[in-house]
Amino acid sequence: METYYDPADLGKFAEIAKDAPELATKFFDYYQAVFSEGELTEREKALIALAVAHSVQCPYCIDAYTKSCLEKGSNLGEMTEAVHVANAIRGGAALVHGVQMRKIAEKLSL
Amino acid sequence: MTATATATEIRPGVRTFSSCLASHGLALTRDRATTLQINVGLNCNLACRHCHHSAGPGRHEVMGTETMKAVTAYAARVAFDTVDVTGGAPELVPGIAEFIAELARSTKRVLFRTNLVALHDHCDAALVERFAALGVTLFASLPSINAGQADSQRGSGVFETSVAMLRRLNGAGYGVAGSGLELNLVANPSGAFLPAAQQAAERRFRQELARRYGVAFSSLFTFANVPLGRFREWLAASGNLGDYLEKLAAGFNPCTVPGLMCRRQAVIDWRGYLFDCDFNLAAGLPLGGSPIHVSELNGPPPAGIAVPTGDYCYACTAGAGFTCAGAIS
Repeated sequence: METYYDPADLGKFAEIAKDAPELATKFFDYYQAVFSEGELTEREKALIALAVAHSVQCPYCIDAYTKSCLEKGSNLGEMTEAVHVANAIRGGAALVHGVQMRKIAEKLSL
Repeated sequence: MTATATATEIRPGVRTFSSCLASHGLALTRDRATTLQINVGLNCNLACRHCHHSAGPGRHEVMGTETMKAVTAYAARVAFDTVDVTGGAPELVPGIAEFIAELARSTKRVLFRTNLVALHDHCDAALVERFAALGVTLFASLPSINAGQADSQRGSGVFETSVAMLRRLNGAGYGVAGSGLELNLVANPSGAFLPAAQQAAERRFRQELARRYGVAFSSLFTFANVPLGRFREWLAASGNLGDYLEKLAAGFNPCTVPGLMCRRQAVIDWRGYLFDCDFNLAAGLPLGGSPIHVSELNGPPPAGIAVPTGDYCYACTAGAGFTCAGAIS
C-alpha cells in the first residue's frame, strides 16, 4: 500500500457489505433516503454534504460531493461559500472556547 | 502491469457501445423520421470548449445557396413534423433568413438554434421580428446561471451578452407566457461531469433568471457533453477522457435506446450529405454507412437500417438519457 487513500477505493465502498450485509443495507438505504429531495433539494443537500466533508476532512467525501455539487448545478462560488461555512463553524468552535480560557485565566489571575 | 483494452472494449473494463447494445439484446436501427435537422455550417462567432464540431471563427464551412435550395426542396418533398436548424452559428450564414422562411412554408414547426451572442452582435431586430412572424421556435444556449461557469465554457463576456439578448427576445414576445413564441434554453455542463436533472435545473434557472435579470423562458433542456471535437481534445489534454467515458458507460440505461434522437432524425450537413445525428456528423459516420446527398433522396431515410455508433453514443444513453430536446422524460 503506497498511500492510505486511493481514489479507486471510493468505488469499492459497497464492498463494506461483504461481512455485514444487513447493516450495510440499512445504512445505504438510509443514505439514499437522506439525499433524496425532501424539504431541501438534492442540490442543497449536496452543498451541505460538501461542507461537512471538509469539516470531517474526508478525501472520499470531498471527491464525491465536489462532483455531485457540479452535477446538480452548483457553481464554484456556491461550493466555495459552503466550504467557508464549514470553516467558520470549525474556526468559531475553536474561538468560542476562548471564553473558557479567559474565564479560567481571569479566575487565576490577580 | 497495465491492462489493455480488448477488441470489444474502448478501455479496460468498458465495452464498445455496439457490444454494450448487443449484451442487452438491443440493436440501434432507424425508425420513421419525424425531424429534419440541418447543420448549416461550422462557422461560429464563439469557440466553445465543449463544442463537438470544433466550430469557431476560424471555420469557414457554410451551406451555399445551391445546397439550401436542395434542402428546402427536400423538406417540401417530405412532410417532416419538425425542421431544426443548427450550426456553428446559423446567424452567420448568408441567406439564412430566406432559408428559414422557405422552410417555414413547408414545415409547421421550425426550430432555430442560437448561441445568443451571434444574434446580439451580428443581427438586427428585423431578424427576430421575422422569426416571430413565422412562428419560429428558438433554442438558445445558456449553460449556467453563473457567469463564471458560462464564460469558462463559451468565452469571456458571453454570459452578460446572452442575458442582454434574452431580455431583447422577451421584449419581442419570445418566452413570454401567452405569446405563442417559444424560447427554450439549452444547458450543457461546464466540464467533464453530467448535467443536473432537467426538471430541477429548469426550476432553478426560471427562479434565478427572473429574480436577478427579469428574464423569462419557455422550457429548459439539459444535455451531456459529447466526447467529440474540441471537447474530446480538452478531455484528453486534461486527463479526463478515460474517467469521463467510464462515467458515461457506467450510466448506460437500456431503456433510453428506443427514444434516441438518431432513430427519428435525418441530419443534413452544410454540403447536403445525410447523417443519423449531429454527433455522427461530427464523427464523419454517414447515414446508411456511405455518403448520400439530399438531392438523391425522394423520401425520408428508410426505417430499419442500422445507425452507426461510437463511444460518444454513451453520452445519449447515460441515466435518463438525452435527445435533441434534452433529457428523455
